[in-house]
Amino acid sequence: MIYLDNAATSWPKPPEVKEAMVRFMEEIGANPGRSGHLLSIEAARIIYETREILSTLFNVKDSSRIVFTLNATESINLALKGLIRPGDHIITSSMEHNSVMRPLRDLEKKGVELSVVPCSPKGELDSRDIEKKIQSRTRMIVLNHASNVTGTLLPLREVGRIAGEHGLLFLVDAAQTAGVYPIDMENDGIDLLAFTGHKSLYGPQGTGGLVIGERVNEKEMIPLKHGGTGSRSEFEEQPDFLPDRFESGTPNAVGIAGLLAGVRFVLKQGVEPIRRHESCLIEKLIEGFKEIPQITLYGPEEMKDRIATLSFNIENLSPSEVASLLEEEFGILCRPGLHCAPSAHRTIGTFPKGTVRFSLSAFTSDGEVKQSIEAVRHLLHQKD
Amino acid sequence: MVYGVILFPSIYFALRAEKKSKEKGLSVRLIPVPRHLSSDCGVCLRIPWEERETIHSLLKEGSVKVEGVHLL
Ligand SMILES: Cc1ncc(COP(=O)(O)O)c(C=O)c1O
Repeated sequence: MIYLDNAATSWPKPPEVKEAMVRFMEEIGANPGRSGHLLSIEAARIIYETREILSTLFNVKDSSRIVFTLNATESINLALKGLIRPGDHIITSSMEHNSVMRPLRDLEKKGVELSVVPCSPKGELDSRDIEKKIQSRTRMIVLNHASNVTGTLLPLREVGRIAGEHGLLFLVDAAQTAGVYPIDMENDGIDLLAFTGHKSLYGPQGTGGLVIGERVNEKEMIPLKHGGTGSRSEFEEQPDFLPDRFESGTPNAVGIAGLLAGVRFVLKQGVEPIRRHESCLIEKLIEGFKEIPQITLYGPEEMKDRIATLSFNIENLSPSEVASLLEEEFGILCRPGLHCAPSAHRTIGTFPKGTVRFSLSAFTSDGEVKQSIEAVRHLLHQKD
Repeated sequence: MVYGVILFPSIYFALRAEKKSKEKGLSVRLIPVPRHLSSDCGVCLRIPWEERETIHSLLKEGSVKVEGVHLL
């Protein structure tokens, strides 16, 4: 079996992720920080260490500004619903995932104005087009760091600079890049960074977080959930300090234990070496596919402009036909369709049919890429 | 040895305080908050009382939010 659906969730995970989770279940297990006993402290310490290691990864000065969520979707919802009010104006791109687009469309119904800046057919964004949309009521710019459809990297740093110059908040959806592309809260000018644990950070599903930059006043940000935090238990009001303000309820501590092991794996391998490994393989895949005339490739060709997620189509076959043939005959698992990003598919001209998507990870091998190219060739021969 | 405890608004700051103190080789320990100090269920940092000034300034430097320092 060849697993090429890492953009949906990475698999396999490093063995130490499972080991950390088993260790948590067998030896720790307690409710983090709620009770003051040994095991409760140990569980809280794991969560603390995870905040610390993530602050190293993203260059965050104060790790209390990282709050844990279930996934990138929850983080994005928290940032948008927590900070945006009717009358505000938001700018985003046409390449966004529905985890950004749907909360934005919902806010639009509640009196928020939205500008969706069109991207090129390869999914590229010209940061000047963002700047042109800025008006007096603009409050925030929201962008994905890399598209989950085409793999296109968006110009974070340029947009971060524009946001800074105009005093706007900059929310980045790093679901596809955290762990595989360098991200720097300070130098990229990011105010809110939404990440998910189960993709290139190699943690389990049900882990993710939001980094809340120093320019965001957390006291004015409304939590998605209110409830018990283990702190200030004598008060019935929600704490106003980080991270507790946004972390009501017992967290996914066993998941976070796995995430800690996942991030340790990433830092041990190094973000740059992982990226080089994946770039090298996706380049081979693109080269291989370019020799097959019936294939249409989407997204940028240059490695510096993309991550290792590739969309393509095969002449006269629907994406779902291609995916099921690849699975049945060659054991290749990938993802066809719209990838929760209808706007991105409209941008690249593949709506409503969608594309076939191959997405790699640190564990994808050269052999698997070669076999995948061969499989697509065979598939075309059979069809002829 | 005479001990004191430092109270924090949350477990996050208690762990941060523990880490900062241990990095400086200070012998501190996280313990349950003594009943007479707070009704809360959390933990606090037990410190050698004579180190309270050192630790307090260390925590201030490290932006650790402190709720109070008490003699045990
Ligand atoms: C670009 C992008 N944003 C957001 C998400 C949502 O991530 P999650 O499902 O972990 O919330 C995904 C992945 O599904 C994604 O690819």
